[in-house]
Amino acid sequence: MAYLDAASTEPLHPAARDALLAAIDAGWADPARLYGTARRAQMLLERARGEVAELIGARPDEVSFTSSGTQAVHLGVLGTLAGRRRAGTRLVTGAVEHSSVLHAGEVHEHAGGEMEIVGVSRTGRVDAGAFAESVARPGTALACLQTANHEVGTLQPVEEAARACREAGVPLLVDAAQSAGRLPIPEGWSVLTASAHKWGGPAGVGVLAVRKGVRWRSPLPEDERERRRVPGFENVPAIVAAAAALRARSEEAQAEGRRLSALVDRIRAEVPRLVPDVEVVGDPVLRLPHLVTFSCLYVEGEALLTELDKAGFAVSSGSSCTASTLRPSHVLEAMGVLTHGNVRVSLPRGASEDDIDRFLAVLPDIVRRIRSSLGVH
Amino acid sequence: MWRRRTGGARRSPEAAQAELAEPVQPVEPPALTIDALGRKCPIPIIMLAERINQVATGGVVAVLADDPAAFTDVPAWCRLKSHEHVASYELPQGGWSIHVRRNY
Repeated sequence: MAYLDAASTEPLHPAARDALLAAIDAGWADPARLYGTARRAQMLLERARGEVAELIGARPDEVSFTSSGTQAVHLGVLGTLAGRRRAGTRLVTGAVEHSSVLHAGEVHEHAGGEMEIVGVSRTGRVDAGAFAESVARPGTALACLQTANHEVGTLQPVEEAARACREAGVPLLVDAAQSAGRLPIPEGWSVLTASAHKWGGPAGVGVLAVRKGVRWRSPLPEDERERRRVPGFENVPAIVAAAAALRARSEEAQAEGRRLSALVDRIRAEVPRLVPDVEVVGDPVLRLPHLVTFSCLYVEGEALLTELDKAGFAVSSGSSCTASTLRPSHVLEAMGVLTHGNVRVSLPRGASEDDIDRFLAVLPDIVRRIRSSLGVH
Repeated sequence: MWRRRTGGARRSPEAAQAELAEPVQPVEPPALTIDALGRKCPIPIIMLAERINQVATGGVVAVLADDPAAFTDVPAWCRLKSHEHVASYELPQGGWSIHVRRNY
């Protein structure tokens, strides 16, 4: 089985596995207590915090660990909106943000707030001018922008957005879930969120960093863990493993990113050559190194995924028939590109050229067979 | 293309329709109507591709569809196939009449 769905979750990095096994023995106690085993857990936790802080360009006291990337986004969005209530109730986001951002925004709307969604180009890149204009309107409490899109890989204009936010005095939440460990963290964020299992850490660890000076108030009941930012007992062994994975990935990122990016270029060039009526979507240049998405006309996404699975390939799709809802992906909709017959290929660390050769070898016949079963020749 | 909009992210295509498409009656009556109501994508697109050549070049085909994917996919098909998406009109019973001009 060739696993080509790293954007859903990256397999555990060997460095994380070693760190996890060691920390299960050494870091199980309550880091808030004062006896030896507890102090040991606390030391491990604080060392991991220091390491993650350094790798994302933050101070250790700005970094909290959450139970997931989604929780980091929920707390980041709602906590900053709560802290900025006096400044206003407007939230500005891009149209192709992760659903955790948009769902947090809906909670804000239900509480009487306002959400303005800035549209994207055909390639899925947020219009930086429109974003800047929207952020500058009076009453803006928070702006949110992802570093890169999770479905099509397009990089977002974070630096331009950060400049506009700075000029307007509005905090910017940057969702780095898809790029952390793969690309340098862009500068200019006020709140940063990320997810460890996307960079090869274990599931159940998210990162929420809030810059010193940014007003933030927990939207949840009070709890003293994680500097009063995140409720509940920390999963110290998983956090230690997450830090080890981020360290290892960041060291490998340049060389591995270049290698994976060349494989992605190959898929982008070859798929439209080998398969008729295919649209490769997302920006061809300003993109994540490891992710490519294309849509095949006249093909059901679900049939395509099933056939690729039978042929030994694990990939994902934004087509409606493959999602839990009946609606197609909001990302593809906002871009105005085909939503059916959609395939996302995202390469994990170590994906081989051989996997891609085989993928390109089986895909044309699979598409042809599905089309012919629907009467398209 | 970009859109700025205020309101929930997961807007219904109905809401998008109100904003993006002409809410009024079609200017040009379709030469052919394809009923794809109740059919899931990609079937409406396949029906359109099969039958668009039944109208003369420059003629308009109306695709009746209620799968939300069709609202995005019919215009995207037009772009890929160099036909023209004229407009999408909301149907009283739900769904849309999506008008496409045969360009060649």
